Amino acid sequence: MLYREAGQFKTSYAADQAIFPIRQDQIAIALMAAIAVLGVPALANEYFLETIFVPFLVFAMAALGLNILTGYCGQLSLGTGGFMACGAFFSYKLATAFPELHIVIVFLLAGLGTAGVGVLFGLPSLRIKGFYLAVATLAAQFFLVWMFNKFDWWTNYSSSGVISAPPRELFPGLFITGTQAGPVTKYLFLLVFVAVLALVAKNLVRSRIGRTWMAIRDMDIAAEIIGIRPLWAKLSAFAVSSFYIGIAGALWAFVYTGSVEALAFEINRSFQVLFMIIIGGLGSILGSFLGAAFIVLLPILLNNGMLAIDPTISTALVSHIEFMIFGALIVFFLIVEPHGLARLWQIAKEKLRLWPFPY
Amino acid sequence: MNPTALRFGLWLLVTPLLIAALGLGFKGLAAVDSSLFFAWGYFIEVLIAGLLQGVMYSLVALGFVLIFKASGIFNFAQGSMVLFAALTMVGFIEMGLHWTLAFVVTAAVMVLLALAIERVVLRPLVNQPHIILFMATIGIFYFLDGFGQTLWGSDVKVLDIGISKAPIIVAEGVFENGLLINSFDLVAALVGAVLVAGLAVFFQYTRVGRALRAVADDHQAALSVGIPLKTIWAIVWSVAGIVALVAGIMWGSKAGVQFSLALIALKALPVLILGGFTSIPGAIVGGLIIGAGEQLAEVFLGPIFGGAIQDWFAYMLALVFLLFRPQGLFGEKIIERI
Repeated sequence: MLYREAGQFKTSYAADQAIFPIRQDQIAIALMAAIAVLGVPALANEYFLETIFVPFLVFAMAALGLNILTGYCGQLSLGTGGFMACGAFFSYKLATAFPELHIVIVFLLAGLGTAGVGVLFGLPSLRIKGFYLAVATLAAQFFLVWMFNKFDWWTNYSSSGVISAPPRELFPGLFITGTQAGPVTKYLFLLVFVAVLALVAKNLVRSRIGRTWMAIRDMDIAAEIIGIRPLWAKLSAFAVSSFYIGIAGALWAFVYTGSVEALAFEINRSFQVLFMIIIGGLGSILGSFLGAAFIVLLPILLNNGMLAIDPTISTALVSHIEFMIFGALIVFFLIVEPHGLARLWQIAKEKLRLWPFPY
Repeated sequence: MNPTALRFGLWLLVTPLLIAALGLGFKGLAAVDSSLFFAWGYFIEVLIAGLLQGVMYSLVALGFVLIFKASGIFNFAQGSMVLFAALTMVGFIEMGLHWTLAFVVTAAVMVLLALAIERVVLRPLVNQPHIILFMATIGIFYFLDGFGQTLWGSDVKVLDIGISKAPIIVAEGVFENGLLINSFDLVAALVGAVLVAGLAVFFQYTRVGRALRAVADDHQAALSVGIPLKTIWAIVWSVAGIVALVAGIMWGSKAGVQFSLALIALKALPVLILGGFTSIPGAIVGGLIIGAGEQLAEVFLGPIFGGAIQDWFAYMLALVFLLFRPQGLFGEKIIERI
């Protein structure tokens, strides 16, 4: 009843091509933006911001990146952790070598560097696909983490192998990294940064380049016949995806944890991000956010839930049960809804349009 | 001799030679200034240790090949099946069972697990793209990891079935100090050989084995001559489960039963790339090459790169292989345009 588009007419191409063409959606998104910008910092305490909202935004960025590669272009990658490490260490080297460089530029440059690495490891995708490619990206994962762990040039010769983000300002006096940065500033910075890049991604995937990716994903031979160059399409997907993942790694090291070592980006991180896009929805920008929220929230809820039921439960057992539930959920989602939470949301919207008088 | 067989032979011959030449070259360079001759005994010792390590990789890779051959599913969960089998076996031994009895009971558990996976996961996903099935097995991987450790605890456990680990010294006459070989690795190699021989006989001469090969060749043709696909899949997963159990016993008694066992599955991936996904001999040869190459690289090239290159050497080798021969040494030629 409320969610009806009857009577909304589009009179220009711009209106027709809007990301949210229905007025109710526009109102909802404006409301959500207002809540995210004004409501969350006012209501959430420091704990919630640091353990839920900040990691959610960082993971959403990584999931966006992987979704471009795996969801839109159909190239399975298990090297997300390695590429995140690239972003983290590139930005650390840049930030410490050029202290006067603005931090946002540092992040973007680190992303570009990671894009280069991504293209390099994406080269095998021209000859192989599926799990063969997964093995190739696994090589990237292990090699990159080993490299950042082994050569202490990357950590500026710190004895522990840990990099600590130097304090940097967004505007003069407003710190977003380092110890002076407050959680609210971090959150708001991330929110704007991720929202802008998500908008870019959304526009990328519905423009020419995104359509070439999807064509390659759906049937590469047919795509080639209609004039898409697989070389260009696949490598651009690797580049854009690594760009996002690299920035996510940089944000992880600089904004989320503040100090990080190469081992934080191990193979499990790759699986974590892969699970986000499977659960959230392959080939969906919204899905990346839903999946990230799900995977960030689930362990916290499980932990607190199990501790509430039995306070004596050991943390090891909790983490094992967490593993079990993750695994079962993955299988469940693949069987019941291979398109993930994003598809469920879409179904809900379609139902809502007819509610309460379905025909 | 037909040309393809000749090419396989060449590949087989050239790859270890290349690795050996690399090792030799670097060692030779190092020897120039110290004016010492190359320590052949040490080289061969490392090579043998690597080959025996490779047999252990092959044991894990075998499980992958079995399932891939019969159902085209790349079973990422093989590693966690290894861990689960080893954990279960240790659990039963700790309950006071003799290890032979524990083996039988664990094998039964693995068969049950295989049936459950076939029923709960595979059957609903029939006709899905391979990549979806692959991701489903990643889900199984996580589930089994958590399940096994919830059930049996996550401490490092000792699995002792009475294989001696004393080193043996051979060929003392040929080399100075002789060659040092770990007797445990020899037993493992023997078990691997028996397992492969057993599987070969099973595939070649039994009724079920023939049905398995038929399914591997062509699902539809197999169905139309009346081979029950579901039963065959259950059998293959059971066999893979038992292979996982053997691998778990070997790895478990070598390195202790712990979470890291599940990760050796990742090491089996380059083995498969080298050997080909569909070939049992390929799994063995691939394992040997990866094992030997990794050890030689670590010992002779490692110091140049700063050590610990074992972690990624196998993957890089596989990556190079993928670029030049994506179907592996023995795999079926992939006739598919990309």
